[in-house]
Amino acid sequence: MSDRIEVLKTYKTYVGGNFPRTESGRYYKVYDKDENVLANACQCSRKDLRDAVVAARDAQDGWNDRTAYNRGQILYRIAEMLETRKAQFIDELETIGYSNDEAKEEVNTSIDRLIYYAGWSDKYQQVFGSINPVASSHFNFSLPEPMGIVNIWAPEERPLLGLVSVMAPVIVGGNSCIILASEKYPLSAVSFAEVLNSSDVPGGVVNILTGYREELLEHMTTHMDVNAFFYTDPDISQEARKQIDENATLNLKRVIRKPVEDWLAEDSQSPYFITDFQEIKTTWHPVGL
Amino acid sequence: MSEDQQTADPIEEKPFKPSSPSSKLNFDGFWEYDDAPQGTDHVEVKEQYNLFIGGEFVAPAKGRYFDSINPATEEVLCSFAEATQQDIDKAVEAARNAFENEWSELEAKERGKYIFRLARLIQERGREFAILESLDGGKPIRESRDVDIPLAAAHFFYYAGWADKLEYAFPGKKAEPLGVAGQIIPWNFPLLMLAWKIAPALATGNTVVLKPAETTSLTALKFAELCRDAGLPDGVVNIVTGAGQTGSTIVNHKGIDKIAFTGSTKVGKIIKESLAGTDKKYTLELGGKGPNIIFEDAPIDQAVEGIINAIFFNQGHVCCAGSRLFVQEGIADEVVQKLRDRMETLIVGDPLDKNTDIGAINSEQQYNKINEYLELGVNEGADMYQSSCQIPEEGYFCRPTLFTKVAQSHRIVQEEIFGPVLTLQTFRTAKEGIEKANNTPYGLAGGVWTDKGSKIFKVGSKIRNGVVWSNTYNQFDPTSPFGGFKESGEGREGGLHGLYPYVKLV
Repeated sequence: MSDRIEVLKTYKTYVGGNFPRTESGRYYKVYDKDENVLANACQCSRKDLRDAVVAARDAQDGWNDRTAYNRGQILYRIAEMLETRKAQFIDELETIGYSNDEAKEEVNTSIDRLIYYAGWSDKYQQVFGSINPVASSHFNFSLPEPMGIVNIWAPEERPLLGLVSVMAPVIVGGNSCIILASEKYPLSAVSFAEVLNSSDVPGGVVNILTGYREELLEHMTTHMDVNAFFYTDPDISQEARKQIDENATLNLKRVIRKPVEDWLAEDSQSPYFITDFQEIKTTWHPVGL
Repeated sequence: MSEDQQTADPIEEKPFKPSSPSSKLNFDGFWEYDDAPQGTDHVEVKEQYNLFIGGEFVAPAKGRYFDSINPATEEVLCSFAEATQQDIDKAVEAARNAFENEWSELEAKERGKYIFRLARLIQERGREFAILESLDGGKPIRESRDVDIPLAAAHFFYYAGWADKLEYAFPGKKAEPLGVAGQIIPWNFPLLMLAWKIAPALATGNTVVLKPAETTSLTALKFAELCRDAGLPDGVVNIVTGAGQTGSTIVNHKGIDKIAFTGSTKVGKIIKESLAGTDKKYTLELGGKGPNIIFEDAPIDQAVEGIINAIFFNQGHVCCAGSRLFVQEGIADEVVQKLRDRMETLIVGDPLDKNTDIGAINSEQQYNKINEYLELGVNEGADMYQSSCQIPEEGYFCRPTLFTKVAQSHRIVQEEIFGPVLTLQTFRTAKEGIEKANNTPYGLAGGVWTDKGSKIFKVGSKIRNGVVWSNTYNQFDPTSPFGGFKESGEGREGGLHGLYPYVKLV
C-alpha cells in the first residue's frame, strides 16, 4: 500500500486582509532543522510593501474609530483563535528545531501576551493621559493617539512569540502595521496571518510580508506615508542602525528600538510598548458661562 | 475653489477700514493713541557678553564676538561671544562634573528648591526681563510682559515641584536622569524656550549646556546671572552663545547624552540625521502650518479675534501660529470683512510702546524671507490684502497680511512663513475642512471654532496635530504638554509628559 502524498502548503503574504503572492514572483527557500526544504516563502519587493502601506492607511482610521473595548475584544479573539490552533504552531516550531516543551512554551506565552495587551486596550489612556490644571480659564486635557502606520521588523528569533509581542502593542493603540516576518523562520508568521484573518481583525490593520531584511530595509524606513519604524534586534550592526535612523529623517519617522534579549521574560511586555507608538494630543477649551 | 470665492468679490469695492455695517469698531480716524513707551532706564545692557561656563563668565577661546541688532531700530544692542569647539568642550566638561559630583548627589527636594528659587528670581525681575526681550527680539512689550516672562517663571515653578515626585510620573518604572543635556532654542520666545528646556532638565536631575539663538541671546545671559544669584552649583547650567556652527558642535559632541532642539523642520532633520546610530536621546519641536477651522455655527466675533491672535501674536513668529485659515463657505464673506476690519485696527510699531500689537520682525534675514513669500504669493495668483497702518521707517516691520484665492498647492499654503501672513480657504463639509487641514507634512497645532461641543471633539480628534485649541488659540501653560505629530517634531514639552524625554526608565 502506497503512502498518502501530503498536500503541501503554499505560503503567501497577508495584505489588506487577503493572501496575495508577492507581486515580484520571487521566492526563497525555507529549511527545517535538518536542512531539508520546508517551503517556498515569498521574497517580497518594494511594490509589496507599498501595496501594504496603502492597505494599512486605508484601514487605520476605521480601526482607530473602533472603541477601545472593541479593540480589546478583537485582541482577545486573536488569542482564542491561537489557542484552538496550538497544535499547528507547536508542530511548525518543532520542524525548525524547537523541542515540544519549548514550542508549547512559546505558543502559550504568545497567547498570554495577546491577552495581556487586550487588557490594556481600554486602560492605557487613563494611565498615560492627563487633565492639566492650567492657570487660565480653560479645560485642558492630553490623551494618547496612535501615530498611524508602523513598519515593523519582527524579531529574527522567536518566530511566533516575537511577532505577537511586537504586533499587539502597536495595534492595540489604534495603529495599523506592516510586519516583515523573521527572515529565517517566516512560516509561523504566515500561519499566524490565518489566525488574524479569522479573528475579526479588519483587513489592512496587520499586514505581514516575508522576504529579505536587507532588501526591504531601505523601503521600510524611507516610505513617506509611514509614521514609525519599530525593531527589537539587540545585536544589530552599527551601520544598519545608522542607516535606519538616517532614512527615517526623511519624514521624521519615529524610530523605536527596544533591544529585547528574552521574549519569554516578564519585562518584554509593558504598557510603554503601547505608548511608544502614541502621540500625545492636548486639547484646550474655554471654561465659562 | 475659485468659483466658491467669487461671491467674496464685492468686498474689493469697500474701503479698507472699519466701515462694514456690522462692525462695532468704527474708529474712523478719530481715535489716536498717545505714545506709551515703556521706560528702560533701570535696565542695564552691557556692551559685551561672555560665555557662562562652570558658574563663571568666561571669554571665548577664539576671542570672537558678534553683534546683536535691535530689530526695531537696526542699531547694535551689544555683542555676544561666539563659542567654538574648545568652549563647548569646556561647557560639557563643567556640566558633566556638576552632574556627577553635585547635582546627582543632591536630594531631589533640594534640587527642587533651587528651581523654585529661579522661578522667584524671574518673577522679581520680570519687568527687566520683559524690556530686554522686547529690545533684543522686537516683540511688543505687552506680550513679553504679560506672556513670555510670567510663563517662563511658571515653568520653573511647575517643574520645581516635580523634582521629588518623579516616581508618580512613570507608573511601574523608576526614572533616572540622562546626564548632560545639550539644548538649542530659537529666537521667537527666547526666555520662555529657555524655561521650557532648562526647567524639566534640572527637575529630572540633568545638567545643561544651552545655546540661545544668535539674534536673541540677551535674556539667556541675564538668566545666567540669576543662576549665580540663586546659588545654583557651578556647571549645572551653562549658557553658550553662537550661531549654527556652535549649535552643530553641541549636537555632535560625544559628551552629551540628550539633545533638545526647537526650531525649523529643516534644521531638525539635519540634527536627527547627525544623531543617527548614536544612543543620544532627542526631542525636536519643529515648524508648523497651523490650520484654524471656522464653522458656520461659530461665535464669529470671537473667532475673528481668535484668528487675529492665532496669526499675528508675536508677529507670527510662532511655530504653532494659525497661518492657514479655513472658513466654512456660508460665513466666508462675513469673516473676511470682519477680519479686514479688525486687521485695520492693529498697531504696528515700536515694540516698547505699550499700545503696540505687532512689533518688529526679528531680523533682517527673516524680514527678507517674509517679503519673498509675499511676492511669491502674489506671483502664484493669490489676492493679497495688507492693512493700511503706518509703519516706522527704520527697523524691520511688516504689515499684517491676508491672502485669499489660494489653493492647497500654493507654497504660501504649504510652507511655514513665520511672519504675520495668513492664507484663507473655504470648505463646505467638516470632512473637507479636516482633509484640507491635514494636508501638509506638519502637525503641530490648530484651532476649531464651533458652538457645538460634539463637533469640537470629532473634528479635534481627526486633526493630526499635537495641540488642538477649540474656541481659543495660542494658549500655553506649563502643565499642558505641547509638541507635534508628523514633521512638526518628536516628543512633548510641558506637563508630566515633558519629563519623559529627560529620563531613562528602569
